[in-house]
Amino acid sequence: MTTLDTRTPPDAVTRRPVGARLLWLLLSVLALAAVMVASVAFGSRDVPWSDVVAAFGGSDDTLGQAAATKRIPRTVLAVVIGAALGLAGGVMQGVTRNPLADPGILGVNMGASLAVVTAVAFFGLTSPTSYIWVAIVGAALSALFVYTVGTLGRGGATPLKLALAGAATSAAFASLVSAVILPRNDIAGSFKLWQIGGVGGASFERIGQVAPFLAVGFAVCLLSARALNSLALGDELAAGLGERVAVARAVAALGAVLLCGAATAVAGPIGFVGLVVPHACRLLVGVDHRWLLPLSTVLGGVLLTAADVVGRIVARPSEIDVGIVTALIGAPFFIYIVRRQKVRAL
Amino acid sequence: MTTHHRLTAEGLTLGYGDRTVVDSLDLAVPPGRITVIVGANACGKSTLLRSMSRLLAPRKGRVVLDGKEVHRLPAKELARTLGLLPQSPVAPEGITVSDLVGRGRHPHQSVFSRWNEKDDAAVAAALEATHTEPLAERAVDELSGGQRQRVWIAMALAQQTDLLLLDEPTTFLDASHQIEVLDLLTDLNRSRGTTIVMVLHDLNLAARYADHLIALAGGGLHASGTPAEVLTEETVRAVFDLDSRIIEDPVSGRPLMLPIGRHHILEPARRNTAATGGPQERSSAEPYQSDVSATPGSARK
Amino acid sequence: MSAPVLTRPASVEAATRRRVRGASRRRRVVLVLVLLVAAAFAVTLMAGRTYYPPGDVLRVILGEQVPGASFTVGRLRLPRAVLALIAGFSFGLAGVTFQTMLRNPLASPDIIGISSGASAAAAIAIVTLSLGEVQVSVLAIAAGLGVALLVYSLAFRGGVVGTRLILIGIGISAMLDSITSYVLSQAAEWDLQEAMRWLTGSLNGAAWDQVVPALAAAAVLTPLLLGQARNLTALQLGDDTASALGVRVERTRITVIVAAVGLIAFATAAAGPIAFVAFLSGPIAARIVGAGGSLLVPAGLVGSLLVLVADFTGQFAFGERYPVGVVTGVLGAPYLVHLIIRTNRAGGSL
Repeated sequence: MTTLDTRTPPDAVTRRPVGARLLWLLLSVLALAAVMVASVAFGSRDVPWSDVVAAFGGSDDTLGQAAATKRIPRTVLAVVIGAALGLAGGVMQGVTRNPLADPGILGVNMGASLAVVTAVAFFGLTSPTSYIWVAIVGAALSALFVYTVGTLGRGGATPLKLALAGAATSAAFASLVSAVILPRNDIAGSFKLWQIGGVGGASFERIGQVAPFLAVGFAVCLLSARALNSLALGDELAAGLGERVAVARAVAALGAVLLCGAATAVAGPIGFVGLVVPHACRLLVGVDHRWLLPLSTVLGGVLLTAADVVGRIVARPSEIDVGIVTALIGAPFFIYIVRRQKVRAL
Repeated sequence: MTTHHRLTAEGLTLGYGDRTVVDSLDLAVPPGRITVIVGANACGKSTLLRSMSRLLAPRKGRVVLDGKEVHRLPAKELARTLGLLPQSPVAPEGITVSDLVGRGRHPHQSVFSRWNEKDDAAVAAALEATHTEPLAERAVDELSGGQRQRVWIAMALAQQTDLLLLDEPTTFLDASHQIEVLDLLTDLNRSRGTTIVMVLHDLNLAARYADHLIALAGGGLHASGTPAEVLTEETVRAVFDLDSRIIEDPVSGRPLMLPIGRHHILEPARRNTAATGGPQERSSAEPYQSDVSATPGSARK
Repeated sequence: MSAPVLTRPASVEAATRRRVRGASRRRRVVLVLVLLVAAAFAVTLMAGRTYYPPGDVLRVILGEQVPGASFTVGRLRLPRAVLALIAGFSFGLAGVTFQTMLRNPLASPDIIGISSGASAAAAIAIVTLSLGEVQVSVLAIAAGLGVALLVYSLAFRGGVVGTRLILIGIGISAMLDSITSYVLSQAAEWDLQEAMRWLTGSLNGAAWDQVVPALAAAAVLTPLLLGQARNLTALQLGDDTASALGVRVERTRITVIVAAVGLIAFATAAAGPIAFVAFLSGPIAARIVGAGGSLLVPAGLVGSLLVLVADFTGQFAFGERYPVGVVTGVLGAPYLVHLIIRTNRAGGSL
């Protein structure tokens, strides 16, 4: 490690051995495997391990096997959504250079929700594929709006301005979602999904519908790592290092919006995953986005799946939606970050 | 003329958390005069001022006003005798100058009393004295830095106290506004006998405007007296860890401090401080100038 | 005391003139607001699906039996209108109190989690524990105070900084809302109307036994807060300046917090956390009255007016009946965004 990579100076400050980082990545993959098994094994109904193993083999002969089989798409969905949100959060924090950036806090997820609800109520939208497009457009518009509002005035997008703009926008959108849905009993049943995110109704068909969008989002975001490393030094310095700042930022943000929009389209608005995961990852592997983003992806999957399992076990025989669990875990973490920040940085 | 009040500190020890900032300090503020407190960053100047105006309770010792302990006096009673202008006061959004100055009447009012002619007269006098009457109906947000500082001083004047404490009233002001504010305070002192105590960063302005100069160092009183007595090369070295020469200010006849750094010195041989240590040893010491650019928060810590 | 100072009589006259002009404007504004609230209150009682003339309404209020009107006005509209009046006043007054004390329009109890806390407690008390009105109010006020204390102590690190307090409040608020959502989702089916009451506020099904605790709380706590009005305006200048003006800062703050949280909690227990009323009333009142004096009474009146009009609009302006919180939410959110934009542009205290 004697050659100094000038494109990633943050790395030079907190230089960590590659071995340790690989180890963390490996451990998090193992953790992912563990929570996936747990997610199939545990639920509101007790299923013997033999049935769980059989279910993995594709069998659904006994009641237990059938229950476990049903949990497989749910598990996959939780992993995918968690990964998408974790990665999107990491990218958003990088793009905005803001420690409080999170798709939930910035109102992006609620924007996607509102777009879908509006489309369903007023334009008779029914096909799930078009949900996804609408959700992505909604997410992009609200992200743009919140960022613009938060950037106005002195000091650019400070954490406080951004968080407030996001909270205000979220509240506004939540009110509008209620206003659109209240008189429409036909879709009121699905209202809950658009207010509290969950992965309960998963099927491989629905996962398949968002898969292409998520794939593009994952690719774009993970490839932005180098650009984000430059952006971390400030716009002027990044430009000095030869980065096309505006383009790099737009591309990375687009990737993140794609991920949030698609995730919200299948699972509703889920907050705080995108906040908690990248922060935890930064403690483990430092601020180099080339390590941070992949690890955030994996640990995002771990967190959401684990939260879903906890939600199923704690409230037996019913369930707590994963969106509620992540808020309960995430909000204290959010407060922890706020308390750690220096006053002037806020 | 105003009544002259005696403000003293006796064995005063102050601190935040587990940090002691001022240690068993004894001090007397000469009544009817202008006292200026100087010292290096973080030496406890603001802390001392806050404690003298009851904002910070002492660890040990006491602040005494006319024989009574300040921290035991009823809040409003104290506020009718002693006013404080903090370093960065907050103006509510959209408030007009005359409303803000009127807020200074708070200690003279109670829940049941109504605003009366005396209050109007006090506000008018404060506006007049600070030459802010033409601004009376403007919003405070719209004013320039110098105008705003004059308005804040007007608010403190409307409080009609015989003692006025100011924490760095000239920070963030350019040279002409600094002089304007200090002249204004001197006018007040001369015409009404208001006792003024202020913290200033600029040693030379301090020496010019002070009747009584107090130099703090290491949490204690290093020197006090007239500017000529206090502002010496020895004091500057002890308080600021800075070599300097003191000459007579051709404008005011007061002492004028010329700092000696490592560069731009015509006659190195004549530096009378060579014995105290080479320049390289001093390189870690904070030059005085950095004081000016320091942020208020760090200065207060 | 200070020696007499020679001031030109003209200056004193000018000061008097400015002060009198300000005071008379305040009086006029308050009078107009009172009239508007009274008018909205009267309209709410008279109009609706069926119209009852003022005479009938008056006779019902005086306790006479009027066929039809006795039930519709006496049992349905009157408690609802009174609750709207009290809840709006309580939210407006408490909101502007917090905004003034913390020197930030965003530090209103509905943004920093106090309303959410009271609401979560009330939802648990009613939906899960099936408690009566009094216990619900007690739980709500305990939760509101608890949240206020929690937010304050979490934000405290060698002094409370407004921005940190607001951000922590947003976090706490998110957590409490998710608890409320969970409690409601556990209550048999997802009952949308009930959910709306505890998430955004609603006056549906308002009855006298809900109104009485809120009314009593407002009657006790309002004078207490008004007594602190001058100390509050001094606090706007910053803790140090207020202290130098002779305000006991901590004592004032504690009195004011307890009183304002009490107002919020009782109103929330009765009507839910009616969205944005606490946040909106203060800035609107400041717009009308000007920034000079105390905003407590005007903000309370604006709050009442907002809730009365929003509830009436929600009930009758559209084909469907919307809970009041949805109407104030839809109205309030753009204003919140506008306020952020305006404050950001001005480089203000955000």
